[in-house]
Amino acid sequence: MDKGIEIEINGRTFTAESPAETPLLYVLREELGLTGTKYGCGEGMCGACTVLVGGVARRSCQIPLSVAAGEAITTIEGLEKNGTLHPVQQAFLDAGAFQCAYCTPGMILSSVSLLKAAPNPSEEQIVQSLQGNICRCGAHPRIVAAVRSAATKLQEQAR
Amino acid sequence: MKDTRQIPAMEPERYEFRAVPMHQFALERRDFFKLLGAGLAVFAIAKGAPGQETAPRGLGFHEEDWPKEIGGWLHIGEDGSVTGFAGKVEVGQNVRTSLAQTIADELKVPLASVRMVLGDTMLTPFDAGTFGSRSMPTMTPQFRKVAAAARNYLVEKAAKQWNVPTERLTAAEGAIREAGSGRAVRYAELVREDLWSNRIPAEEKVTLPVDWSVAGRDAPKVEGRSFVTGGHRYTTDLRPDGMLYGKILRPPSFGATVESYDDSAAKAMKDVVLVHDGEFIGAAAPSAALAQQALDALRVRWKEVPQVSDKEIYSYLKKNAKVETEDRLRQAEGSIDKGFAAAAHKLSATYNVAYIAHAPLEPRCGVAHWKDGKLTVWTGTQRPFAVRDDLAATFHVPEKDVRVIVPDTGSGYGGKHTSDAGMEAARLARAAGGRPVQVVWTREEEFTWAYFRPAGVIEVKSGVSADGKLTAWEFHNYHSGMSGIEAPYEVANQFTEYHPVPLVLRSGSYRGLAATANHFARETHMDELAWMAQADPLQFRLNNLKDARLRAVLEAGAAKFGWPRKKAADGQGFGVAAGSEKGSYVATFAEVRVNPRGGTFEVVKLVEAFECGAIVNPDGLRNQVAGAMIQGLGGALFEAIQFEKGKIANNRFSSYRVPRFRDVPEIVTVLLDRKDLPSAGAGETPIMAVAPAIGNAFYDATRVRLRDLPLQPEHHLAE
Repeated sequence: MDKGIEIEINGRTFTAESPAETPLLYVLREELGLTGTKYGCGEGMCGACTVLVGGVARRSCQIPLSVAAGEAITTIEGLEKNGTLHPVQQAFLDAGAFQCAYCTPGMILSSVSLLKAAPNPSEEQIVQSLQGNICRCGAHPRIVAAVRSAATKLQEQAR
Repeated sequence: MKDTRQIPAMEPERYEFRAVPMHQFALERRDFFKLLGAGLAVFAIAKGAPGQETAPRGLGFHEEDWPKEIGGWLHIGEDGSVTGFAGKVEVGQNVRTSLAQTIADELKVPLASVRMVLGDTMLTPFDAGTFGSRSMPTMTPQFRKVAAAARNYLVEKAAKQWNVPTERLTAAEGAIREAGSGRAVRYAELVREDLWSNRIPAEEKVTLPVDWSVAGRDAPKVEGRSFVTGGHRYTTDLRPDGMLYGKILRPPSFGATVESYDDSAAKAMKDVVLVHDGEFIGAAAPSAALAQQALDALRVRWKEVPQVSDKEIYSYLKKNAKVETEDRLRQAEGSIDKGFAAAAHKLSATYNVAYIAHAPLEPRCGVAHWKDGKLTVWTGTQRPFAVRDDLAATFHVPEKDVRVIVPDTGSGYGGKHTSDAGMEAARLARAAGGRPVQVVWTREEEFTWAYFRPAGVIEVKSGVSADGKLTAWEFHNYHSGMSGIEAPYEVANQFTEYHPVPLVLRSGSYRGLAATANHFARETHMDELAWMAQADPLQFRLNNLKDARLRAVLEAGAAKFGWPRKKAADGQGFGVAAGSEKGSYVATFAEVRVNPRGGTFEVVKLVEAFECGAIVNPDGLRNQVAGAMIQGLGGALFEAIQFEKGKIANNRFSSYRVPRFRDVPEIVTVLLDRKDLPSAGAGETPIMAVAPAIGNAFYDATRVRLRDLPLQPEHHLAE
């Protein structure tokens, strides 16, 4: 094993020993124990493994460690600050926008990414940005409602 | 296997309940001796020789094994916290919340003080499994009884302590209070050891739904916060110390067997545990990637066998129906010939239903740990006790030495009834020198080696009188199953037959079982008859229907939908379908829009009225009903497993389409709360009328009748 690859996750720097081509998902889940990021398909088609890479939602199963290493990564574990949920997390909780909730971390991070780019998104923009995230339980209407309510909350906070 | 286990009439489409486990291990000889000692090993081999058919396990709904004492179900801690114990599992249906509500309601404690321990074979009472919409009808009355008995005990204790009659005392908010004096004592101060051994009375007066205070109201998902922070640990997230990651080498096609096996290269790899046991080949290593590399280094030749393909499946099912078999259903009423003779309109039609996959987002997973000859398995299963029995039988250890624990799981929909991943993890862990092993199925494994909702062919022949009354109803289901096969309509002359067919693909339970297929055929057929008789499809149903609960959901849904609706634009269509199953009632109304020139089709709106007796958690129920409707869209519109030469052609989310945000129409749910009726389950019935409602709406828009699932409406639009 050589010296490893430095990677910044949730504001902390880790030294990952996985091979450089290892998808970020497995570095997070197997090496660093950050299991909030989920495996769902391994081909970037379900969104369960979504993380923020430089603030933008990306599928961690499709990003090699060597590529991720240059960027600030945020996982679901990094959203809560000092015991306070991120407004998107809080909105999902308040709306009951899940059933089994396995897709929830990916949904939340995709939504955080959307609301950064479009603070007041239309329904079409929400649907478009979550189209790559699969929810098998069918919580879609509540998820859209949660994103809307989080947008309102975030805009109020910004004012 | 206990003698008390009774096998009730079980839906035939629950094939996975009767199947022997996927893996039959020979194990290594020294394993037997290590586990059991020489004397016992002989006995174990004789009783459960590998490959031998075993009796169906853990099938019963029986309650004989249930603890008779309060302590088996309920615990009140010194701090006033309450713990309930149930063998049910949480797979997203929110049973953790509704059971906690039930206990809080009956025991008179705050909801926040109740914690549920679920699905742990060591800690919870026996349970046949979380399936068949049984959690509400079996568990809520039980917890009502248990909590009422505990509450009565506490009231009596307080009465004794204060030397006052029990009539003067009331229980509320975790304390007993005396009327007048206002003195109070907390439950925790009254609880003594003897509470736990107190017998649960056979009959106990419990609170009626009209008087519920915690149940019957919206409650957020218990422990919901841990799901939005990523803190909840699903089975796939468990990382016990020293855990290895396991991978299984799957055959190249169904039915293939090992012809030759060469592990010389793989054996040389450091830190890898290899297991080759019969047809089972697996590896475990400190990383999943290394385990996979070891499998890639194996040289295995397989012997493949011919397999049926999806191109010929429906004719195959018709041709291969079993004739002499016990599990066939034949039911006649009146005279079908007379019925046809009395008909003014006659119709005969065939409906086909494809295999579909559950595709739970958390794939099957097991974590197994052997210690001192005892086995602990964490696994996302809907039947923890059956999995325990499977493991005990397979590894020749007593049931008491096997503990199965089910962490709240990333959904199931009837797809997680078997022991597969737990069994694989346990087999690898047997060879891993005491280290735990985790096996997580890949998405491709999920789509290939899990089981499917069975395909089916359904033939319906019917007759209607000039005044729109059904005179004859003949219904044949090949292979897909018997659930929901009986028509709810009033027909004097009926003939119903279910024709079992030997399995082609591994098949089993799926949310709603065959009720979805049977309702698709029946409700589509009813729509065809209504059009033939020139009757309004809703009115036609009501004219042939006495069942008051089914009429009620039809009428409630129609009111919300605005049926009958006038078309506001070309290409608009409206459809209705309804039915009843497992004690609950559903009516679904669909609005669709087609653009024949553009070849586009869209479900615009679904309105569903649903009734399942007294509602325990209205918010949870709305979520579950909407979820079933959305999941039902997939099977209705586009889901179908493609298979050829023993391989699944669409074994990924990139090739097997499931509903996504853009597919979701406006969803409206109408819940009928019948506080005068016991609570029925709600996990299944809300899915079954979605497909026929959409198909019927498509006909209304286009005059093109779709008789196959998936409907694939786009394929039927003229250029």
